Amino acid sequence: MTQEEVKPTTAIQPHPDAEELNPFRGVDFSKLERSLRRPRTLLSVLFSGIITVMTLLAMIPLFSVVGLLLWRGGRKLSIAAFTQLPPAPLDLNGGFGNAILGTLVIVGMATLISVPIGIFSAIFLAQSKSDNRLASSVRFAAKVLTGFPSILAGVFAYGLVVTATGGYSAIAGAVALSILMLPTILLTAEDAIRMVPSKMKEAAIGMGATDAQTVWMVLLPTAVPGILTGVMLAIARGAGETAPLLFTSLFSNYWLIWHGHVKLMQPTASLAVLIYNFAGMPYANQEEMAWAAALVLVLMVLAANLIGQILSRKQVDSNKQG
Amino acid sequence: MPTLEDVKPESAIAASNPRNGNADPAVAMDCTIKEAFYGSVKAVRDTKIPLQKNAITAFIGPSGCGKSTVLRCLNRMNDLIRGFRFEGSVQFRGQDIYGAKVDPVMVRRYIGIVFQQPNPFATSVYNNVAFGLRLNAFKGDSHATVEKALKSAALWDEVKDKLNSSGLSLSGGQQQRLCIARAIATEPEVLLLDEPCSALDPVATRQIEDLMKELKKRFTIAIVTHNLAQAKRVADKTGFLYVDTSDGARTGYLVEFGDSDQIFNQPKEKETQQYINGDFS
Repeated sequence: MTQEEVKPTTAIQPHPDAEELNPFRGVDFSKLERSLRRPRTLLSVLFSGIITVMTLLAMIPLFSVVGLLLWRGGRKLSIAAFTQLPPAPLDLNGGFGNAILGTLVIVGMATLISVPIGIFSAIFLAQSKSDNRLASSVRFAAKVLTGFPSILAGVFAYGLVVTATGGYSAIAGAVALSILMLPTILLTAEDAIRMVPSKMKEAAIGMGATDAQTVWMVLLPTAVPGILTGVMLAIARGAGETAPLLFTSLFSNYWLIWHGHVKLMQPTASLAVLIYNFAGMPYANQEEMAWAAALVLVLMVLAANLIGQILSRKQVDSNKQG
Repeated sequence: MPTLEDVKPESAIAASNPRNGNADPAVAMDCTIKEAFYGSVKAVRDTKIPLQKNAITAFIGPSGCGKSTVLRCLNRMNDLIRGFRFEGSVQFRGQDIYGAKVDPVMVRRYIGIVFQQPNPFATSVYNNVAFGLRLNAFKGDSHATVEKALKSAALWDEVKDKLNSSGLSLSGGQQQRLCIARAIATEPEVLLLDEPCSALDPVATRQIEDLMKELKKRFTIAIVTHNLAQAKRVADKTGFLYVDTSDGARTGYLVEFGDSDQIFNQPKEKETQQYINGDFS
């Protein structure tokens, strides 16, 4: 093949109005190099810059709070802080061991109340048909409840439990927190169950599984990572709430468990209320203790989130590889 | 565990039901669909297909002719679809599985199904196969039963070292054989296959076909397939369904049913002939 044969014999004639018909006229494609002088490149770089700055701005509150907590709270953190009772005014020692225990017990009980209710109703919602009136009203109520002012949950539990039992108690606090935790658990669990591919559900039913067996043996195990995430989010929210506990558990300077007796019907200390109380006191020791308690609370919430993530990742891994 | 026999003894029903008086013992299931509706849409009409014991019966026909609907009527999978209505009868073990006293859950334990898309559970290979055993509170040797099912599904050699791996980590063809193993672990009498190879490559397809020929020694098999060559290769009996569009709706009906040899070589009906020749698909 010679050089001449490669050349096209009939040259394609350009359309007479080619220049005007070209939708890209005026755009210079001749240079392949990136140049900020071209408006489209400049705009792209500008947007990237704005997005980066905004992202950094969004991170400032989180990191400055954690940083400040570590700096101010870290100094007071000692073994005594975890084992001793809150100090009296002008006392230079003491700790907040009873508040840590109180938070664990109250949030634990709230979880025990809200998880079964949340997951069972999530199963109902996920299994119900789209035109089920009861399901859509429950779902609507849960969505409203996610934005529920937490102080109202406290007032509600005050009316329901505190007045009925005649006093502030850990149980009243747990009821108040469970109201706040329920919608998160319910809605995320419903989503997680709905995300299970319908072909898996079909497979179970095709094998002769009853509805209950399908839920217990296929839907729930497959949805576990999503459900756990919701539970951990709810626990993190519940642990940080102060207002509802002011109306329900109040505070205590004593241990919740004393000589083997668990006093669930007594006013109970919690980290959030301790921070609220001590932060406003005119004593340096109490103020520093409030910082330390805040650090412990944040670390506890962080730990709950990490555990949740590790658990759900394990589940996902076992789904993938065994 | 209550069984179908507990609901009504076979002898009693055979005596009480004149239709069964002369039932052919070689027929595992006798399916007579007068009409099947999805809501107000009539999906299938006038279809009568007997499934021969230890034979493969294929349902062929163009898209939307209701062949999958017919298959899913055989173990009441259509009950899951809202607005589904069935008129007719499906005789199995001497009784109508659409009878008022029959529990569809029990029906599905005797009549297994494998779907178009491989659908293993998000759990280990072992647990996938053992699923049916757990459903039925199986008391015997689970390990031996799982191994037997996997061997029957020609999958054992490929997965014996990774029984604890997720079923989802297997290839498409392996997943489908896993689903077959899962379905046969509980020793159903009938195995329904709803286009089991349509999501698989030719090699995996051939493996499943070989497997079907092996499995028909132990089970009665019904298969829906879009692939004429596949029906020709594996099926002993073939039913051809076609779509009736005369009253505006698309209603499937059985055009012809017979030995595969006859359907593919000397079809009696004009539509069958055209379809086999590839005049439409």
